[in-house]
Amino acid sequence: MTVESIVFYVFATLTVVGALGVISMKNAVQAVLCLVLTFFSAAALWMLLEAEFLAVTLVLVYVGAVMVLFLFVVMMLDVDYASLRAGFSKYLPLGVITALALFGAIYWVIRSQVLGEIPEPAKNSADYSNVTVLGRLLYTDYFYAFEIAGVILLVAIIAAISLTFRGRRERRGQSVPLQHQTMREERLKIVSMESGRRQDAHLKPKKTSSKKEAPKDGVAKKSSSKKEPSKNKQDEAEKSEGKGS
Amino acid sequence: MSLTHYLVVSALLFTISVVGIIINRKNVITLLMCIELMLLAVNTNFIAFSRYLNDEVGQVFVFFILTVAAAEAAIGLAILVVLFRTNKKIDVAELKELKG
Repeated sequence: MTVESIVFYVFATLTVVGALGVISMKNAVQAVLCLVLTFFSAAALWMLLEAEFLAVTLVLVYVGAVMVLFLFVVMMLDVDYASLRAGFSKYLPLGVITALALFGAIYWVIRSQVLGEIPEPAKNSADYSNVTVLGRLLYTDYFYAFEIAGVILLVAIIAAISLTFRGRRERRGQSVPLQHQTMREERLKIVSMESGRRQDAHLKPKKTSSKKEAPKDGVAKKSSSKKEPSKNKQDEAEKSEGKGS
Repeated sequence: MSLTHYLVVSALLFTISVVGIIINRKNVITLLMCIELMLLAVNTNFIAFSRYLNDEVGQVFVFFILTVAAAEAAIGLAILVVLFRTNKKIDVAELKELKG
């Protein structure tokens, strides 16, 4: 047994055991941790297949980001996982039958030499760079697909945020239908003023200054001026007197 | 290690995930994890064939599958969180508001 085959068998066993743990664990957190184990050992298998970049990506992106997201969600949701496993034993026979049939079919295809005999390729030389090869392919032949992948990630970001967003949904944009529905009465108020009072407006600065100096006289004079608008000029004269004194 | 070894491992992974979907059909979180497992099996197949046929394009496909799977996991979990907030449970059998 070579070292390579030992490594292969160890990590293949770990992968399958981890996958079995994912589907049979009672606790959801343990199931997620089993999935992490599966991803780690699958990354080791990919490393054995000389796909170094993807193996590292699997560990960084999957174990580092997606599985942590799963763990967060599992820990945030207060779900009774025991009740969710009610049909576990009921569906187990069906599951076993499906497993045997599916695996039998796939194994039959693998064994039947449909693919022909594929010899094991030679190991890559020491100066072979998996990242360089992948990068050259991605940025030339598959550049549009690469950009679309970026757009898909952007869509995922926006969708995830807008689905789980809990803050205020109000926006300060304009609503054109609402603007069209407004009536004139809501916005415009026509105030009819008497022409005599307009002259008062010109004299306003004087008025305010007189208020400050003679507040006691001002109250009575004001009330009189409201009752008798025609006496405005007379009042003004009195106020200016009060200011002078 | 021949190609057959890797194909058998990924066939095992795929079978296990299908069985997981069958026996855990109530728990949405486990269903999502089984889909991740299934994608992992497919990716392992892609990488094994890419190695044994000396064609790196298979690895480019794995790259895109990983991207889409990450997006799918993020959106799926977001939907799950919203589902739990409105229903207080994540049982698939209880999801029949749209049944009429």
